[in-house]
Amino acid sequence: MTIEHDFLVAFSKTFGLFYLIALSIGVVIYAYLPRNKARFDEAARAILDEGDRPCR
Amino acid sequence: MTSELTTGQRQAALIFLAVFAIGGLFLAAFGRADPIAGHGWLVLVFALLSLFGVLTRYYDPEPAADRSGEYYDTPVKVGIILAMIWAVIGMFVGDWVAWLLVNPNLTFVDEAWASFGRLRPVHTTGVIFGFGGNALIATSFYVVQRTCRTRLAGHLSPLFVLWGYNLFCLLAVTGYLWGINQSKEYAEPEWYADLWLVIVWVAYLVLYLRTLARRKEPHIYVSNWYYLAFILVVAVLHIVNGLALPLSWASAKSYSLFSGVQDAMTQWWYGHNAVAFFLTSGFLGMMYYYLPKRAERPIFSYRLSIISFWGITFFYMWAGSHHLHYTALPHWVQTLGMTFSVMLLVPSWASAGNALLTLNGAWHRVRDDATLRFMFVAAVFYGLSTFEGSFMAIRSVNALSHYTDWTVGHVHAGALGWVAMITFGAIYASVPWLWETKDHVVAASRRSPLLARARRHPHLRFRDVELWHHPGPYVAHL
Repeated sequence: MTIEHDFLVAFSKTFGLFYLIALSIGVVIYAYLPRNKARFDEAARAILDEGDRPCR
Repeated sequence: MTSELTTGQRQAALIFLAVFAIGGLFLAAFGRADPIAGHGWLVLVFALLSLFGVLTRYYDPEPAADRSGEYYDTPVKVGIILAMIWAVIGMFVGDWVAWLLVNPNLTFVDEAWASFGRLRPVHTTGVIFGFGGNALIATSFYVVQRTCRTRLAGHLSPLFVLWGYNLFCLLAVTGYLWGINQSKEYAEPEWYADLWLVIVWVAYLVLYLRTLARRKEPHIYVSNWYYLAFILVVAVLHIVNGLALPLSWASAKSYSLFSGVQDAMTQWWYGHNAVAFFLTSGFLGMMYYYLPKRAERPIFSYRLSIISFWGITFFYMWAGSHHLHYTALPHWVQTLGMTFSVMLLVPSWASAGNALLTLNGAWHRVRDDATLRFMFVAAVFYGLSTFEGSFMAIRSVNALSHYTDWTVGHVHAGALGWVAMITFGAIYASVPWLWETKDHVVAASRRSPLLARARRHPHLRFRDVELWHHPGPYVAHL
């Protein structure tokens, strides 16, 4: 099967649209899933309390 | 630095440096009259000086066997000092070329090396890669250790990454002055320097991933995501845009594998993503750690920081073609780049807004703390220059701005207002944390009874300048 120029151009012009919309939806769901809230809040807070030593 | 290494690591360093010195000698010998020979000598001198540095400390007592209870901050300190040295060099040359724009006769010496075309990349490489790159490497080492609560995964490799990177910068700027330049903006160094950077950069990526793998925190903090995107994508960009065939192994000259409009598109795909992943992503990683840390408040919205991360990484990839409006590049590709540049306003302002909203409620700290004020200014400039950039990418606006000083001004709003200000904020914050003990610093900032009183009486809104210079009446009042 040979890939025609027209097909390649049409593909180049459209595939980004669909995968980026899918990615955006995925990221927003991941970020705003209520189940993840506690984890994110903890991550944001955790950098503030540090004794300046690694955990062992 | 050597005293931090075990005897085995010192020997490994010596062997590596000896091989490296011989490599430089070969380059110098086979290069003959080619400019590459000069760089062979430079590598040889660099390797011999490093060798000498390791040898003089070779018999120093070995460090403790188990150092996993402390962070490895030597490369961070060295990186900060190197960043400041490059800042002085890069900004001095920047001032010089700015004067050349005003009056081309200000070149002082009538030599090729002193012409605008050769000095200008010394300025851009000096500030972006010398100053910015060292600051990114140093702060990434600092931040990854703190946010993962673990020591860097290696003792020799952080030093290799740091010094190897600085050798690359040195090869770059000396090469420009000798006329070695592959004529790609922000990717000027020739093939051998490019290959060297690939080795250094892969070592950097491996070191970073190995450190993340040993983390003691369950979640990888957002700063690390930004730093990792910076490391990974810069590697991809650098390798693809640098694909070239040298005339011979002993020649500095090479030809790009791309030609015509494909070459232009590859170059500006690289060029704009150098702005995105070198000058934005890495520095956002810096901001997301140092700003909340210094403001002593968690980031306003961690969720927003995730969304803007994925937005910035995936949108920026498409924006490069806005550098090629009104060229032979297909019209729809230009429009695509322009559209994505406008869309980039969303994740960019999400980050800028997230930073400023973190400070909302801590304005008294912004007022009292000059370090935090650097970061505040950086966030404001980040918002302003990303707005301006999205706007300038629109074809009809670009018709006005292209080839004018507007472009130069835009770059400096980004590079000075955003990149340099967040870096100075990070350096002002981490230098006392690194060079003094932490408790001492906290005590020093809390020591001032005047500030303590000002904090207890927030309704008395005197300006900090007055407070510092004429404390008398206020103290009496309190």
